[in-house]
Parts: sequence; structure tokens; C-alpha cells
Amino acid sequence: MEPTMDKAIITVVGKDTVGIIARVCTYLADNGVNVLDISQTIVSGFFNMMMIVDMAGAEKSFADISAEMDELGSKIGVSIKCQREEIFEKMHRI
Amino acid sequence: MINIWEVNETNEMIEKENLDVRTITLGISLLDCIDSDLERLNRKIYEKITSTARDLVTVGRDIENNYCIPIVNKRISVTPIALVGAAACRSPEDFVSIAKTLDEAAKKTGVNFIGGYSALVSKGMTAADENLIRSIPQALAATEFVCSSVNVGSTKTGINMDAVRLMGEIIKETAEATKEKDSLGCAKLVVFCNAPDDNPFMAGAFHGVTEADAVVNVGVSGPGVVKTALEKVRGESFEVLCETIKKTAFKITRVGQLVAKEASAKLGIPFGIIDLSLAPTPAVGDSVADILHEIGVDYAGAPGTTAALALLNDQVKKGGIMASSYVGGLSGAFIPVSEDQGMIDAVRAGALSLEKLEAMTCVCSVGLDMIAVPGSTKASSISGIIADEMAIGMINQKTTAVRLIPVIGKDVGEIVEFGGLLGYAPIMPVNSFDCSRFVDRPGRIPAPVHSFKN
Repeated sequence: MEPTMDKAIITVVGKDTVGIIARVCTYLADNGVNVLDISQTIVSGFFNMMMIVDMAGAEKSFADISAEMDELGSKIGVSIKCQREEIFEKMHRI
Repeated sequence: MINIWEVNETNEMIEKENLDVRTITLGISLLDCIDSDLERLNRKIYEKITSTARDLVTVGRDIENNYCIPIVNKRISVTPIALVGAAACRSPEDFVSIAKTLDEAAKKTGVNFIGGYSALVSKGMTAADENLIRSIPQALAATEFVCSSVNVGSTKTGINMDAVRLMGEIIKETAEATKEKDSLGCAKLVVFCNAPDDNPFMAGAFHGVTEADAVVNVGVSGPGVVKTALEKVRGESFEVLCETIKKTAFKITRVGQLVAKEASAKLGIPFGIIDLSLAPTPAVGDSVADILHEIGVDYAGAPGTTAALALLNDQVKKGGIMASSYVGGLSGAFIPVSEDQGMIDAVRAGALSLEKLEAMTCVCSVGLDMIAVPGSTKASSISGIIADEMAIGMINQKTTAVRLIPVIGKDVGEIVEFGGLLGYAPIMPVNSFDCSRFVDRPGRIPAPVHSFKN
């Protein structure tokens, strides 16, 4: 049987600077969060990234990871948001 | 797989367009608390509420964190207290002691309102019903979180005019009893026709006797989201307009459904219904009147408003019903005055009168809501307004309600400030011609002919 996934969506929005993806991914790797998909654009100078991740292998709780990513965001100067996937799935799929 | 545009759309709705889940309301049956000893009854009520709703607020916060969606209110509704207290209460004062118990239970559980200080008297009043109704002014003055409602009519039974007459007096007494706070007590008191058993919205929520022991009901919101969606289809045909509202309502309701299911699973309490109401708040951009403006009337109240509202209400239902199989409660667009900045602006501009609001309630949920009137308004005039609104509900087989606030010591044009979600309102004029000969007739208005369906 395939191991169950615990999917979440991470969004990063803010002023583009060097190393945003690197720092976010380092944090995720250090905490056992697996990245499944990344899309990224720049909208009028603003960095806009969405990652689909699997948190099944993470040791920390969702709430802790979410709070730490928020903190990381303020250090880099961007807004990082971590949400469970279902809210998007329910809203955009019949 | 979900794409970046969909994610951005959802998050913009939350961040910029005030998308939220308005309330998770936990309905709790108090029928098993009934006791002929008042002290024991109060103890049992307190214990049942505080144990059943122990985790409600924490679960709400958990869900907020998981999805980054605000859940504005966590609330409790209980079995109508006139039934629960009938065996123990011999006087209005006895009932007030239960109101205080409910208030204590609300404080303990951390909810911001508890509804169900109610009586269902659509055909007649028991002694307990009458005692509860007579206790309302004192109960609302002595408590902070308790909400009260009285159902005085239905399509099946007609309108209990004795109760309508009494409620006119009770509303005035409640205004008087809370006059230090701009008659705030009346903002927590609703008179209903065809009151639903599973309404999650205050002040009219109660846990009907047809319900299970405990149930999770969720009220969604999102006027700002609908308005923003409509900004993109200015000048388009009615078909495009309706499609846009439907699709938006679908999305909003899906979020409500998700939250309801999660809350139900985490609390171990069955899910009841989603209430599809577009519930405005005083926040800028969270207004039903602004949607009407976007549809094409300058101010709510201008010619065309009733048609625009009818269309809006119907499309919201059509989209919402597709999104959830269990839709209930009030489900429609709310048009409260004080809780909607666009409505307040319309009153101030002279576009919106009490009479036009009454017409608008024919095509939407739920009724004359949060309307401040002069404190000098006669009890019989309030009863007359209630009777009119109840007749609309009875004949149209829909829920209607009246939540009027006769603000003691204030007059037309003055502003009354309720604070928080209740907002503020300019005091509106009331037709001052007399109706007391009508209201003073004893008895009830019979059920309409189309109620005989058996």
C-alpha cells in the first residue's frame, strides 16, 4: 500500500530577492517536508510562488511548521502561508 | 492538481474580499435537563452546555490555522427555554435565573453568543411561554451573551396576534431596560414567523426539538467576494450576471461545508446544515447593499432594488445547493441596516425607507433586521410592523423576522452605536398613523388557504 499523503499548499508572496526559494526549501528539507510541485511567477516585480508539499514525513505538527514558516517569511521579508490542501480542492473542483 | 491561479484566487478572497466563515454554531438539546427543581435545572443546564461545548472554541481556532480562513464567531444554540423551564419556572423571575445560567455557560465556553432564550407560540401560549416572554426585558438587561427569539406565527398555524401585541410591549420594555446602552437589548431579540429549527445565525438561533442531542451548523458569508466577482462583469447580460453569482456562491459554500465537516469530526458531533446566507458586516467591502449597487441600482432602495435582490437571493441558493447537500437555516441574503455600511449609506442618502425594506423582505431572508427607530415609537406601532412582516412570511411560506430597536431618548436622524458586528445605525422614521384598533383585537389570524395541503 502507498503511504498516505498529508498535502499542504505553501504560498510565498513578496518583493523578489535572492535566495527565497533556497531558504524556504532548506527549511522544508530540514523538517522532513517533501516538495511535490512548485510553480512560480513574478507579477509586477512581486515574487509569487506556490508549492504543493507532503507533510506526512514531518516530525513537527502542522501548527508548528505553519508558525515557523511565518517567522521565516518575516526574516526574508515575504509573506509565507501554509494551508491544508482541501480548502482549494473543495473550492475549485466539483 | 490545484494550480497557482486557483490558490491565489482563494487567498485573495480571504485577504482582500473579507471571505470568512461567519459562525460555527453548536446546537445543544436541553430536553434531558428538565427538572421541577429550579436550582437543579440550572445546574444541569450549565453542566450540559459546558461539557458539550468544551472544545468548540479551540476546535474553531484549529480549523482557522489549518486553512488560514477566519471563523468569526463560535456560538451555541439551545432548546427553547420556555420548554426546558416549564416544569420549574413559576414566574418571569424564575426564567431570568436560567438566562443568567446560560450567560455563565457562554462565558465559561468562550463563545460570543448563546441563543435559545426562546418561546414558540405560533398558535397559542402556555403559562410558561408567557412567563418567558415577560421575562425577556429583564433577562436581556441582566446578561451579556444571551439572545432571545419568539416565533409568533407560521404558514401552518396562522399568526398569534395576542403574542404579536405582547411582543410590541416587550420590545419597548427591553429598550427601556437597556436604555443606558442605546437600547442594545433589542438587538438581541427577534420575532419570527416560520422560524427554522437549525438556524446558526444570531440573534434568532435556537436548537429545535426536532434536532438530535447535539449538532454542528455552519453559517457562511461572503458579500465582498460576490461584489468583487460582479465588478468583472459590468454591463453584461443577466445570464452572465446570474452565472457569476452562482459560481461564487458555490465556492463560498464549499468552504463552509469543509469547515462544518472538520468541526463535526473534531468535536465528535454530527454535522447538521450549512446556512447559505450572505451575511454582511459593517466592514467596508462586506456589504449586500454594495452588491445591489454593483448589479445596477445607485443605492439600495432605488427602483429595481427588489428585483435585483430577488435575483441575487435566488442565484446564491442555486450555487449553494450545488455545493452542499444539507442546506438549511435561513439561507438567503441578509439585509440588516446597522450591520451593512451600504445600507447605512442608503438610509442617510434618503434612498431607503422602512416600507421599501419591508418590500425587500418579500424576496429574501430574513426580515426587518437591525433597524433603529425613535424611542417614542408606540408599542402598538411596533406590533403593527411585526404583524405586517409575519403576514409576508405566512403567505409566502418563508421565514420572516423583525429586529427593531426603539432607541430610548433618540429621534430620527440621530445615530446609534451598538459596537462590533452589530455596527451603528441612523434612526429611521416610522409611519406614525395609529393601528391600535387592529392590534388590540384578541385572538389569532387564521392559517392561509394554501397551508391546507393534506
